[in-house]
Amino acid sequence: MIKGGSRTTDKLLMERSVADRTGTVIPPLDVPEQPLLSSNLLRSNLQLPEVSEPEVVQYFTNLSQMNFSIDTQFYPLGSCTMKYNPKVNDEMAFLPGFSNIHPLQSEDSSQGALELLFKLQGFLTEITGMHGVSLATLAGAHGELAGVLMIRAYHRSRGDHSRTKIAIPDSAHGTNPASAAMAGFDVVTLPSDNNGNVDLEALNRLAGPDLAGAMITLPSTLGIFDENIVEVCKVVHESGGMVYGDGANMNALLGRVKLGELGFDVAHLNLHKTFSTPHGGGGPGAGPVCCVESLTPFLAAPVISSIAGKYSLTTPEHSIGKISGFHGNFGVLVRAYTYIRTLGAAGLTSISGNAVLNANYIMESLKDKYYLPYDRRCMHEVVFSADWQKTRGVSGLEIAKRLLDYGYHAPTMYFPLIVHEALMIEPTESETKETLDAFIQALINIDEESHQDPDLVQNAPHTTPVSRLDEALAARRPNLKWQAAD
Amino acid sequence: MNPDDRKYTKEHEWVKIQDTTSNLAVVGITQYAQDQLGDVVYIDMPDIGSNIVHMEKMGEIESVKAVSDLFSPVSGEVTKVNGELLDHPELVNEDPYNEGWILQVILSDPQELEVLISAGEYESFVEEA
Amino acid sequence: MTSTGHFQSHYIPNTLQEQAAMLATINARSIDELFADIPVAFRNPDLNLPEPLSELEIQKELSGFAAKNRVLSSGPSFLGAGSYNHFIPSIVKALITRGEFLTAYTPYQPEVSQGTLQVIYEFQTLIANLYEMEVANAGMYDGATSLAEGVLMACRVTRRDKAIVINSVSPAYQQVIQTYCQAQGIEIATSSPSAVSPTQETACIVAQYPNFIGGIEDLEHYSELAHNSGALLVISSDPMAMGMLKPPGEYGADIVTGEGQPLGIPTSYGGPYLGLFATKQEYIRQMPSRIVGRTVDTQGRSGFVLTLQTREQHIRRERATSNICTNEALYALASTIYLSAMGKQGFRKLSELCYHKAHYAANEISKLSGYTVHDANPFFQEFVINCPVPARKINQTLLDHNILGGLDLSDSTYSELLPSNVINGMLVCVTEMNSKEDIDALVSVLKGIE
Repeated sequence: MIKGGSRTTDKLLMERSVADRTGTVIPPLDVPEQPLLSSNLLRSNLQLPEVSEPEVVQYFTNLSQMNFSIDTQFYPLGSCTMKYNPKVNDEMAFLPGFSNIHPLQSEDSSQGALELLFKLQGFLTEITGMHGVSLATLAGAHGELAGVLMIRAYHRSRGDHSRTKIAIPDSAHGTNPASAAMAGFDVVTLPSDNNGNVDLEALNRLAGPDLAGAMITLPSTLGIFDENIVEVCKVVHESGGMVYGDGANMNALLGRVKLGELGFDVAHLNLHKTFSTPHGGGGPGAGPVCCVESLTPFLAAPVISSIAGKYSLTTPEHSIGKISGFHGNFGVLVRAYTYIRTLGAAGLTSISGNAVLNANYIMESLKDKYYLPYDRRCMHEVVFSADWQKTRGVSGLEIAKRLLDYGYHAPTMYFPLIVHEALMIEPTESETKETLDAFIQALINIDEESHQDPDLVQNAPHTTPVSRLDEALAARRPNLKWQAAD
Repeated sequence: MNPDDRKYTKEHEWVKIQDTTSNLAVVGITQYAQDQLGDVVYIDMPDIGSNIVHMEKMGEIESVKAVSDLFSPVSGEVTKVNGELLDHPELVNEDPYNEGWILQVILSDPQELEVLISAGEYESFVEEA
Repeated sequence: MTSTGHFQSHYIPNTLQEQAAMLATINARSIDELFADIPVAFRNPDLNLPEPLSELEIQKELSGFAAKNRVLSSGPSFLGAGSYNHFIPSIVKALITRGEFLTAYTPYQPEVSQGTLQVIYEFQTLIANLYEMEVANAGMYDGATSLAEGVLMACRVTRRDKAIVINSVSPAYQQVIQTYCQAQGIEIATSSPSAVSPTQETACIVAQYPNFIGGIEDLEHYSELAHNSGALLVISSDPMAMGMLKPPGEYGADIVTGEGQPLGIPTSYGGPYLGLFATKQEYIRQMPSRIVGRTVDTQGRSGFVLTLQTREQHIRRERATSNICTNEALYALASTIYLSAMGKQGFRKLSELCYHKAHYAANEISKLSGYTVHDANPFFQEFVINCPVPARKINQTLLDHNILGGLDLSDSTYSELLPSNVINGMLVCVTEMNSKEDIDALVSVLKGIE
């Protein structure tokens, strides 16, 4: 639907700009005008648009309508946990007592904020079965970086400078090796066995005095709970290393098992996945890091402590340091707190139960039509391969694009890397059975199309605001900002 | 399909002698390589005057969704790089054996060519893969 | 072991019957059975959390916490130091809370994410324009981590491993740089503004503009020094100051980072905020984080996609420019809406308001005996004052008058960056939120403590 005038999204802000339009009223200067700085310190031109307020609202509102979102579509993105984002969480985060406070105002004047954070710390260590936690990390990858820096600092504190390697499964999310590299480690790859578990033999070979630790995602990115996980942790510990847990898939484990009890030493949680805080088109998130007692002194600053009923920001004794400008993504932390208070233990356990049930239901309903490389109970997500459709010339990518025509956001594609033509589906617990059934039917239809009319699938999507975009052109001739034609 | 007038490596590069007296050669990637990569968007080439080493990484080649290391089939000093590829990386896809050449080098050890494989051997290698 | 009885949450639609139907389909007898892979000794642990609350009770509890915090709007506030009290127009919240923006994922499927992608392209354009730089990315976590990543990038580009950080850069930012660099063999040296001496091993000179105590330093000089040694100039720059000050791009900055919080984002006890990052076109392949590019679809229509993804972790893994994945997209949207509403004229006027009010305040305070204003450098909206008694005491008195004073600089963290003649220093910040009455009230209370 093309809308005319200022409601069209075709023209960019600088293109729809008209001199002297303004979108705000600046209050008048109420103090005597002061001498300006010398002109060599001042700018002469400023390229910002000139548009009125209604135009701003129309433009952005119309842009929003070009997006898929959880509120508008089923979003079965594996490993992203696209569950319902409760509105009460946002309402609470917007309370002036939370949004209109300054990070450096006195602790006396922010006891409410500090108490909430302190209690949230307690919830997260309880959920993970760990001892200490820092809320300072601003995303999952940020938490990973903190966690591996903590492992590094721990070894060095014991005079051990020889541990230069971190073992990471071949199925891991790209942030794992990227974070390990940023923490100065060499990454060694851990192969997966035929069941999708960590290859214990390979791990045993890698375990040695140069192994700082391993980064394990549980359940794995294949959606499988590694039944040898206790042994994995043991092997790493026996060689003197520490086990880092990537908590991205925590939605499958809430209330079912505690990472700390299995042997994990340090783990991050993704509040914008498991704990329902909104994705916002790519953030903000929060990636708090929980750890066992031996690593607690190394946590990133600040950690909230409680002394004689007063809450304050403290720096752990051997902290790896500040890793963000202030205290963490407070607005996101408020949302997660609200969510946990809404659900309690029974609710969290119900999340994992239903998330896993829904994923298995999809798995069972589609395994006749789509190749299942690991034909066993999955956890909260299921990984299919489009290999069968590929023999008819239809790839996983094309199936994903065709799903857009059916009104579903595509599942995660081509990840994990070890599955050919991977399609990773994570329904979450907040979707109805009707939605799951409709989605299953859509995929059955697309498989049918791959037989009868492969062309239709290969050239999908057909109904979206734009069709397939030329990514090669975008990379070859980068056009990264609007510029006036000369 | 793969021209006979040059040698190949199992890393999917080719090297063609331009002038035997001066040991001048040209290096590029194969048809198979460009096909596997997909649309090439950028090539990170070594500096002119730098030394490349047989079977060591000399640069990178990027497509939209992947990055591959470029391994040098020979050792020597880089005399020219194909500047056209900066603005038109797609030449590597369109004409990998000609217009899509990557760099020119003065071989420091022409003996290295002997361990490289012929067009026929390369074709068999690719078929088996 | 706890039994898992049925709990019908309002966020989880499956009823007992629906569960039964699905269990039948998958040939399982119970949901518990689906967790059989978990070793029995560890399965179904006790989860000791408070009982769940209804929304009514939730609101009460959260409001209770909120009520224990003193809000900035309860009285005049003069606290800045990296987090700024600026006015946020209503349209920002109205638009960012639209579900299509708020609950959308990262735009990896461009055909259904043109909203988010076009917004980010607009954001990149406006930030690049503010800083007068050739390209900007889709944002980073915050100003501090953005600067740290700027240092890492400078080291990659120059292939050198030493960075000189001017000591007037925010101490918190300096700490974050240390944390990010600690494991990468990068040597960080701090230098006073007058003693900067880069060598052929220096990757970058890092400065803040305006600096932590509000002053404007000689960026021209730093630029010359850096470039003469083959080093890059990395500047952390307050975007609000860009409404009137000469942008870092015009000084020859190679990498510009910043904190976007002043642009329509609440102070929110320190987060979420918004890292800004801009650089030169020639360095785009070394720039971290997502970048949106313009292209066309199969019908030749204009569209936007994530581009140059081969820099990022999901492709390059351990060789990525950064591990960053999720950033602060919603706040990039907020700042774009904000800048659109402010516009070319409004943003400049706003910036100037902060300037004039801050200078008025500084002037009035300088008239008080017992107080001096440090004006070694020209300043924008923040300045340091010497007080007759410790700043802590001043702030207590101010609070009694319902005024939030500036930052107490007595902590040892700040000693290195303060001029040696600062005693009982306080960093005062004045923005458009401070009326003349507010400023006069501040001066009046200060006068009473001479």
